[in-house]
Amino acid sequence: MTNTQPTNTEPTKTQPTVRSCPFDPPAEYRTLREQEPVAPMTFPDGAAGWLVTRYDDVRTVLSDARFSAKRGILRPGGPEGDVPAPPPPGLFIMMDAPEHTRFRRLLTGQFTVRRMRQLTPAVEKIVAEQLDAMAAAEGPVDLVQAFALPIPSLVICELLGVPYADREEFQRNSATIVRLNSSPEEFQQAQGAMRAFIHQLVLAKRENPTDDILSELVQSGELTDEELTGVGVLLLIAGHETTANMIALSTMCLLRNPEQLAALRADPSLMDGAVEELLRYLSIIQFGVRRTALEDVELHGHQIKEGSMVVASLSSGNRDTEHFADAPELLDVAREHTPHLAFGHGIHQCLGQQLARAEMKAALSALLERFPTLRLAVPVDEVPMRDDMLVYGVHELPVTW
Amino acid sequence: MKILIDEGKCVGAGTCVLAAADVFDQRDEDGIVVLLDADPPHTSLPQVRDAAARCPALAIEVVE
Repeated sequence: MTNTQPTNTEPTKTQPTVRSCPFDPPAEYRTLREQEPVAPMTFPDGAAGWLVTRYDDVRTVLSDARFSAKRGILRPGGPEGDVPAPPPPGLFIMMDAPEHTRFRRLLTGQFTVRRMRQLTPAVEKIVAEQLDAMAAAEGPVDLVQAFALPIPSLVICELLGVPYADREEFQRNSATIVRLNSSPEEFQQAQGAMRAFIHQLVLAKRENPTDDILSELVQSGELTDEELTGVGVLLLIAGHETTANMIALSTMCLLRNPEQLAALRADPSLMDGAVEELLRYLSIIQFGVRRTALEDVELHGHQIKEGSMVVASLSSGNRDTEHFADAPELLDVAREHTPHLAFGHGIHQCLGQQLARAEMKAALSALLERFPTLRLAVPVDEVPMRDDMLVYGVHELPVTW
Repeated sequence: MKILIDEGKCVGAGTCVLAAADVFDQRDEDGIVVLLDADPPHTSLPQVRDAAARCPALAIEVVE
């Protein structure tokens, strides 16, 4: 069967965005996976394109060089034209090979499995300090501000060489950049402020290099100041928005799945697998990853025309019963095989994934051990969910113990 | 079993190290995959297959 782009006579389908359960992607994804795995969609900026929902197809789209990452970041519900074109220098998530390769190669040595394991004691120390402060405050506290956000933020600041003392401003700017309903002016202002901040740091590190990634990149002599700034902004945003939300949302999810929480408390050796399962189950890059076809591509019998936008849904792929045969709609911390798509796939697969794993393990292990009676301090339906953000999670998580 | 790797494709994600630590490692300087054992024992096959399947850059080929 061959489908073409939707015509004016067909009802326009838009990407599902409304959740009925805080931990599940919108229910429509299941229907799409079963009935229309490559579905014509109209996206918020008016572009016609395709939504891909099955595990195997998501991997195909993200690993096939005929699909380009240049078009930009998906912001459903966001205002039109909010992503500048061309992207700022150094924003390597919006580049294709070989341009992308040049940036990726400069950074991969900083995020290896071994390097992140060596970093674990330092992460554990940061985690313990946050838990001490939390315990001293007594409950209830907002777990996001007290724990989930400071950990990755402190770690990425340390790694990158960004002063954590400046966190209030860059955390606010970062949140504006990933918020869907930021106006184009707010978006540009936040991005400009972030670039100005990192640009000053780049200049400072050129004068006085220290022991951090930004200094090493400066000294490598491979990148212009503009490119260094773009890389710095990207790592700073990616370094804390994602992991902070995985820590907070994972905690909420475990508290709402007491049998799974009990299993994890009873056998801490399950933690490595539990982290993979939480990544799969929660899939916080909630609207998927956007690509553009560089030529006509056939996918599942559909002709995807050159120039068409394709959105690969990571959260839908991670619930695909064809791939995860054993009840993927359920959280199972003891699940044995979890090759999930939470970090994406292809050449853009998350550079910081080993750091994210190290932070999640350290944070969740210590939190569960330190607070055996941890519980939500408000009814579950009063927890403000991040439906309005590119990165899903909770805005706040009031907890007590 | 023979394992072929393509360093040019590797993006240093480290998924192969997580899947089969006895067979794959990463270079310290640039994170690129290092093959520790090009012809590992048959018992490693499930892990090696898993590593190849997970590699986001399709840089690992297993010849059985």
